[in-house]
Amino acid sequence: MAQTEPYITADGRQIGGVLMDMRGITLRFGGVEAIKNISFDIREGEIRAIIGPNGAGKSSMLNVISGFYHPQDGEVWFRGEKRKPMKPYQVARLGIARTFQNIALFEGMSVLDNIMTGRLTHMKTGLLAQAVWKGRAEREEVANREIVEKVIDFLEIQAIRKTPVGRLPYGLKKRVELARALAAEPKLLLLDEPMAGMNVEEKEDMSRFILDVNDEFGTTIALIEHDMGVVMDLSDRVVVMDYGRKIGDGTPDEVRNNQEVIDAYLGVAHE
Amino acid sequence: MSAEFLYGIEVVINGLMAGVLYALVALGFVLIFKASGIFNFAQGVMALFAALTLVGIMEGQVPFSHLINAIFGTSIHSFGWQVPAVLAIFLTVLVMIGFAWAVQYFVFRHLVGQEPIILFMATIGLAYFLEGVGDLMWGSGIRTIALGLPQGGSLWVEELSSGLGGDDFYGFFIDKLDMVASLVALVLVAGLVAFAQYTKQGRAMRAVADDHQAALSVGISLSYIWVLVWSLAGIVALVAGVMWGAKSGVQFSLSLIALKALPVLMLGGFTSIPGAIVGGMIIGVGEKLFEYTIGAPFLGGATENWFAYMLALIFLVFRPQGLFGERIIERV
Repeated sequence: MAQTEPYITADGRQIGGVLMDMRGITLRFGGVEAIKNISFDIREGEIRAIIGPNGAGKSSMLNVISGFYHPQDGEVWFRGEKRKPMKPYQVARLGIARTFQNIALFEGMSVLDNIMTGRLTHMKTGLLAQAVWKGRAEREEVANREIVEKVIDFLEIQAIRKTPVGRLPYGLKKRVELARALAAEPKLLLLDEPMAGMNVEEKEDMSRFILDVNDEFGTTIALIEHDMGVVMDLSDRVVVMDYGRKIGDGTPDEVRNNQEVIDAYLGVAHE
Repeated sequence: MSAEFLYGIEVVINGLMAGVLYALVALGFVLIFKASGIFNFAQGVMALFAALTLVGIMEGQVPFSHLINAIFGTSIHSFGWQVPAVLAIFLTVLVMIGFAWAVQYFVFRHLVGQEPIILFMATIGLAYFLEGVGDLMWGSGIRTIALGLPQGGSLWVEELSSGLGGDDFYGFFIDKLDMVASLVALVLVAGLVAFAQYTKQGRAMRAVADDHQAALSVGISLSYIWVLVWSLAGIVALVAGVMWGAKSGVQFSLSLIALKALPVLMLGGFTSIPGAIVGGMIIGVGEKLFEYTIGAPFLGGATENWFAYMLALIFLVFRPQGLFGERIIERV
């Protein structure tokens, strides 16, 4: 944790400098403090987990990063610059993609179309060129389609390419949502409970995909997860939250042996 | 074939073409409703305003001339030039895009996340505001559109079809304007569908219609899409306004065509573009056929005024989501 220089992990991945730095974030809903003065950073190339019991404020934190919530206090630093308060679509254009706990896909559109929306931030042709279609717009569509096909291959969803998303089972929907986020080639990928509600087999698949994404594309990933076992296996560093406070931050081993974390998970009377 | 039967066919054809015009108005509603959940009561007034603007620009009329004359004591009414139709249409489209932007910037930007009924009330306000602006800008007289659209029955169709029946049959009477209107509407719809299916903005539009949160998370600006959708609705309104205006003159009662679109929406569903088209056709054919077979002989005629609403009412009872609308399922 003390280390801030780039280093190579035991399994040979490159961890770089600080990509995202949250400083003293406080978020209130009326009188309720969902997040209380929390600071932590996310470094380039790492898998960073945010864990904690129900209602700890994990999803709120992810929503602060992705611009859906605006903290009353604190600063968000991204790539060495202080970020102004932003709308979610502006955050997405910075290169921060996300998935949702309850899956937010375009149900009426095909899998391919859904994933193509992930490329929107990379498509630059204007309305007129698009309306004419032939020429620039068509070339752009083809180029972006190639990237999307790579993502589809990578996540092994070739067979359902043309299926409307509304007809897919839950586990596949989760995978399509990951594909849409990946298609944006994000600098930071936020996953809100990527394995919630999955069976063991689906969880294993998803874990493998998350590791592969990080390994092959070097994508920085911040994820929220309930399943402690999964988190400990996947992540390089873990932030632990409880009742809106940060109670632990470090490698999985450090966190596992932290008395406060153990208390939060096993339940100790709060004074 | 008996003359009676052939006249029935003529009624159906005319009904279909009237239906296309209904569908055109309904289409404007569907576009906005799908993307933003706003039921735009001002759609009819938008058609009126677009038609007024087109006529005003073509005739070189000075906008707000009465206001200007009253304040400065001048008496200007006209620039003294005629603007060619193509340029005037282009300028009117620009005005409708400007209007779309203003609606988004001054009204709906401040109402994001409000109850549907509040959004609906806002559009009612918008409708009366726009009607007032139209009056102030271009005056309240009845205008004619000089786009050179063909008028009257098509002699060609009449002569071609007169051989079909016996001595009692004189051929189909098909209005040339209706034919042009149908053709234009078809091209417009095909264009809209292609735009929605194949372009980047169209994909973003469908995404916004499907899920706002997800659309935001992939970097789509909702307000941009809403301006786009209102602009498209404005263009549809222009086409509808021109076609209806060419039929009955551009006058303020034109805004009432919005009411004719309501039963079409009940039938077709508020969220379906094909639904709007098919719904329009069913209403068009239904009311003409009902008038021809039952209304005129037994009920004293003029059933066209209420038949559409009656049909919509029946639909509401048995299939509230319309023919193509999204099914309403409530989870317990």
